[in-house]
Amino acid sequence: MAVGKKTLKELFSRTLKIRLFEEKVWDLFGENIVPGTLHLYLGQEAVAAGVTTALKKSDWIQSSHRGHGHVVAKGADMNAALAELLGKKTGSCKGKGGSMHITQLDVGVLGATGVVASGLPIAVGAALSCQMRKTDDVVVCFFGDGASNNGTFGESLNMSAIWKLPLVWIVENNFYAMGTPITMTCPSSTVAQRAEAYCIPSKVVDGNNAVEVYEATIEAVKRAREGGGPTLIECQTYRMKGHSRFDPAKYRPKEEVDYWLSEEKDAVNVIQKIAIEQGAITEKDADKIREKLQKAVDKAGEFAKNSDFPEPEEALDDVYAEAI
Amino acid sequence: MAEITYREALKQGLREEMLRDERVFLLGEDIGLNWGGAFKVTKDLAEEFGEDRVRDTPISENTIAGAAVGAAITGMVPVAEIMFGDLITLAMDQVCNQAAKMRYMFGGQTSVPLVIRTVFGGGKNLASHHSQSLESWFMHTPGLKVAVPAFASDVKGLIKTAIRDPDPVLFAEHKLVYDRKEEVPDDEYLIPFGQAKIRREGADVTLWGTFLMVHKALEVAEELQKEGISVEVIDPRTLVPLDTKTLIESVKKTGRLVLVTEETKTGATTAEVAAIVQEEAFDWLDAPIKRVNAPDTPVPFSPPLEQYFIPDNKRIAQAVRDIV
Ligand SMILES: Cc1ncc(C[n+]2csc(CCOP(=O)(O)OP(=O)(O)O)c2C)c(N)n1
Ligand SMILES: [Mg+2]
Repeated sequence: MAVGKKTLKELFSRTLKIRLFEEKVWDLFGENIVPGTLHLYLGQEAVAAGVTTALKKSDWIQSSHRGHGHVVAKGADMNAALAELLGKKTGSCKGKGGSMHITQLDVGVLGATGVVASGLPIAVGAALSCQMRKTDDVVVCFFGDGASNNGTFGESLNMSAIWKLPLVWIVENNFYAMGTPITMTCPSSTVAQRAEAYCIPSKVVDGNNAVEVYEATIEAVKRAREGGGPTLIECQTYRMKGHSRFDPAKYRPKEEVDYWLSEEKDAVNVIQKIAIEQGAITEKDADKIREKLQKAVDKAGEFAKNSDFPEPEEALDDVYAEAI
Repeated sequence: MAEITYREALKQGLREEMLRDERVFLLGEDIGLNWGGAFKVTKDLAEEFGEDRVRDTPISENTIAGAAVGAAITGMVPVAEIMFGDLITLAMDQVCNQAAKMRYMFGGQTSVPLVIRTVFGGGKNLASHHSQSLESWFMHTPGLKVAVPAFASDVKGLIKTAIRDPDPVLFAEHKLVYDRKEEVPDDEYLIPFGQAKIRREGADVTLWGTFLMVHKALEVAEELQKEGISVEVIDPRTLVPLDTKTLIESVKKTGRLVLVTEETKTGATTAEVAAIVQEEAFDWLDAPIKRVNAPDTPVPFSPPLEQYFIPDNKRIAQAVRDIV
């Protein structure tokens, strides 16, 4: 399948947007103004960019605990997203969620979650809802290699298969669950193999290549929309940073790190090179896009910093539809 | 008005809501064509509404509850059945971490209009995994509403309110009241949450309890009348919201309070209610508040053991006599 120039340009700018957003988060983190912990998406940008570019606006995504990239890629307001990470009143969750619950429902994000593998059942329900309401919307569920060892993986893949739900399972295999390498927790060489037991077609792709991710997702989404049921796509990728806030990730072998974090493997470089080679953009276009996105991200950073914290008693709001 | 069982009244409520609103659907294990629910509550509904809207699921409690969450936040109104209250332990993440918290942690972006039906209580020699009364766990979870209907006339009006409520409702039933009959209005009616019902008026002692214990309390009140003790019996009907007003007014009148539930004693709903009453009506109390609960053990199997475990009329009556 040939990917059009417009799409290549979009894949490039979406990948870059997440990169710049996460670099901004990293900077703010350096300023010590991000409360709590963080699971950065740096390194994995091509997954969210490739997947969401294959979706339409009314399609849904279910995020994980590593959700900033998913949410930004689906079109969340960056001002509100950054403000949320700083715990500000203007945040998308009014400062009640933070990094692990960063969400914007009106752009089709069902939620990010602090409980690993808890998004899978919710994605099943959302896809069931799309099916029962006879929309042609599709649900995509992101989760990690580690999450695929949780019971909900089996329950939810099974349910999605028996009901032929319009659902795409995206495993972001970054080869580690915190410090635990996948080789310690998964007997098969890929997570994708597990899908076969549920009669779910699967594919393994280079998760640092937005085009590969996009193409696989287009095919899966088409199947889902046409009533053909779920697909599982394993996107193999790698974290640029540690698992969370203060993790130096010393447990990863040097050769492995050198391979994955090389210039040639870098998600932004990969898509930039393809887009230029295919004539979708020029070097100059790339610079222009970068400049524009950087401006937007910087503005969002200022917005977040200048926003107020919520009033303490706002802690009592939004427990129920009406206070009881 | 017709005299019908609690089971039948509950089914009528479900049926009326399914006829009223096509977004309402049921899901759970063995609730459909072949079985009609472990306690036959949903019998014949699959025939009437089809297997899509009365949906049998695999034995996957966490994904049943999670699917209800995902469907609820995308435009459906699911009523999920967890076959036994004890098995909700397998769905606690979705019930308590996801459904209960979504409105809050997403800063009010979404409602979660779902109902989780389940059944508590012993008395059927089903032993430690099919007999517990775990309602206090859910009363202790902000974001959930908790209904505890004990009468046929209440269960119908309460299930209809639960289904229309924008917040997630844990709708607890009791195994030994399914067969109890009562006059139930034929016309549509709703019972608001947070309104206790005074089941019998009295002057000397207030007896507050849930489920089967309300029925026992009424028998005890009848007995004690012969001894010249006038007992007022209050059924809260919902634990969240909790009608403290009716209870406090009653205590101010009687000056004495006995609390009775089938839960194990430590940390039970009775402990919470006792604390509320001493905070709000200490000066009106003429005697210590008495609690009648099951002992702090798992639910035993053998009939004499189980009968010893479940509070009986004798223990309830004695608790009343102890403080008058
Ligand atoms: C149910 C659960 N268990 C443990 C944790 C702690 N925890 C947070 S992230 C994580 C690793 C998840 O690994 P993976 O699914 O591969 O995602 P990744 O972090 O690599 O993106 C763990 C163990 C948690 N949040 N939830
Ligand atoms: Mg991982």
